[in-house]
Amino acid sequence: MTATTTLTDGSNTGFRPTSPAVPMPGDGALWAVRDTLTMTWRNLTTIRRVPQLLVFAIVQPTIFVLMFRYVFGGSISIPGHSYVDYLMPGIFVQTCAFGALNTAIGLAEDKGKGLLERLRSLPMSRSAVLGGRVLADTTRNVFVVVLMLAIGYAVGFRAHTNVVMVALGVLMLVLFGFALSWIFALIGLSVSNGEAAQAAAFPMLAPLVFASNAFVDPAKMPGWLQAWARHQPVSAAADAVRACMLGGPTAHKVLISLAWSLGIAIVLSPIAVRRYRRL
Amino acid sequence: MSHPSRGVTATRITGTGNPAIVAEGLVKHFGDVEALKGVSFEVPQGTVLGLLGPNGAGKTTAVRILTTILQPTAGRAEITGFDVVASPRNVRRSIGLAGQYAAVDENLTGRENLILVGRLNHLSKAAAGVRATELLDQFHLSDAANRPARTYSGGMRRRLDLGAALVTHPPVLLLDEPTTGLDPASRQELWEVIGGLVADGTTVLLTTQYLEEADRLADRIIVIDHGVIAAEGTAAELKARLGETTVVLGFADAVSAASAVAVLATHAATILPEDDHGLAMPLRGGPTTVRDALNALDSAGLSPTRIDLHEPTLDDVFLSLTGPTA
Repeated sequence: MTATTTLTDGSNTGFRPTSPAVPMPGDGALWAVRDTLTMTWRNLTTIRRVPQLLVFAIVQPTIFVLMFRYVFGGSISIPGHSYVDYLMPGIFVQTCAFGALNTAIGLAEDKGKGLLERLRSLPMSRSAVLGGRVLADTTRNVFVVVLMLAIGYAVGFRAHTNVVMVALGVLMLVLFGFALSWIFALIGLSVSNGEAAQAAAFPMLAPLVFASNAFVDPAKMPGWLQAWARHQPVSAAADAVRACMLGGPTAHKVLISLAWSLGIAIVLSPIAVRRYRRL
Repeated sequence: MSHPSRGVTATRITGTGNPAIVAEGLVKHFGDVEALKGVSFEVPQGTVLGLLGPNGAGKTTAVRILTTILQPTAGRAEITGFDVVASPRNVRRSIGLAGQYAAVDENLTGRENLILVGRLNHLSKAAAGVRATELLDQFHLSDAANRPARTYSGGMRRRLDLGAALVTHPPVLLLDEPTTGLDPASRQELWEVIGGLVADGTTVLLTTQYLEEADRLADRIIVIDHGVIAAEGTAAELKARLGETTVVLGFADAVSAASAVAVLATHAATILPEDDHGLAMPLRGGPTTVRDALNALDSAGLSPTRIDLHEPTLDDVFLSLTGPTA
């Protein structure tokens, strides 16, 4: 009788008595974490396999450093700071923002190549594909930020605080990149290939990064632009990193940037996961 | 034998239990486009159903619904007794999917690709590694195991893709145009692998544009066109619909051909529509028909310059069902 029941409820083993036992996975949060880590491993392995991409990730911000430090820097004066000290935190934020772009490109490529179809047919957590992507890109951002710190030191940037505060600054940068990754995840899922992801993300990234206090003092911008440049996440992150690395009142600035980063991540991550489920 | 559970097991192996795949009135709309307009079928355990149709017929849409990737607009589907909408996780544990585009990660090695799928199927690290080795061996990829998949040939990628679909020994396999774009040798090789899986009791739903593939692999064939089932049956049944084998005789000129048609009037011979030097007649009485016809022609002083036998092929079935637009 029990055997008959097995037949009609259609359990896996009931249909293929010859197949070896397959561990029956749970559906809980623990599996979501494990699946996310598996996907993170996969994405980091991919990054390791194509090291030239990491090199390009350093080259572009380095060109910005050289340009602003030596070409435009002489004509930009920032009250209270040497320009290179003001500039580098802005460069770090820019680097993280562009690093987060990889989330869009990576997901769009997986989608274009049919990999997401396979992943969506697996009994894995529905949030792990995005979570693993965002975590891998965040890890990558840590690497790149540390390298950019070294390049900053080479061109004369000096932190005026201590190691703990610099580490807090790096943490703020990484959190900021993490938050942006969720926006880019949504973009990546909405287009069909890597190039399209890049094209779709850039118009959003440009006003965020360039119409900000990352490179110049917004006080010299037109009034309407100042309002935007002072109250947006890139400026908030640059302010927080400057405070952590250069000194001055810190808590308020860190809290504002933290609020932006967490706010973006909390609002966008469920939207992105829902988009993934309904692809 | 007297043990009750053994009896049930025997039933399962012979495939007379519940169908492994059930689709009932599947409808899918994408905006104004009706990709599926009510498609129903059942696939008994251990058999192969071929879903045959031109591009855009709705084959891939059906596969995407069965693999829980897409939700149907109406209708329902079951895999090994689990509803694809209500119990998608159970369905995902019962299926393996090999896609139209070989869905392997190009930057991972063959082994890493298989381990990734194993891990995401919640195998332990050790179990995923052992299974990867087995599959690499089975699919003749051991030598290339530690090379990134981007260095693989098209045939190797398809084999890796199929291997990834088999990591958990799924009872149901969904193959969406598994050999599209492969060279004949690789196609042959993949067919043999699929044949082996079916022999081991796996239930397979296969979509294809290749009639030869459906003819070779499928126990039953559904011809699908514009989102509806145009025909259903075994390859032999579908061919039988097109009627008999015909004999085609060619002559030196149109006059001889016309005379031959007159001589063979009792055999229902007709001039070929595309060639007035030739005639066609059904092979109704078997091989002796040919002897009788040739004797009759000989008595009339006519001798054909060529003779052909024309068997109806699935191509004929396919074209007659899906029309010239296919």
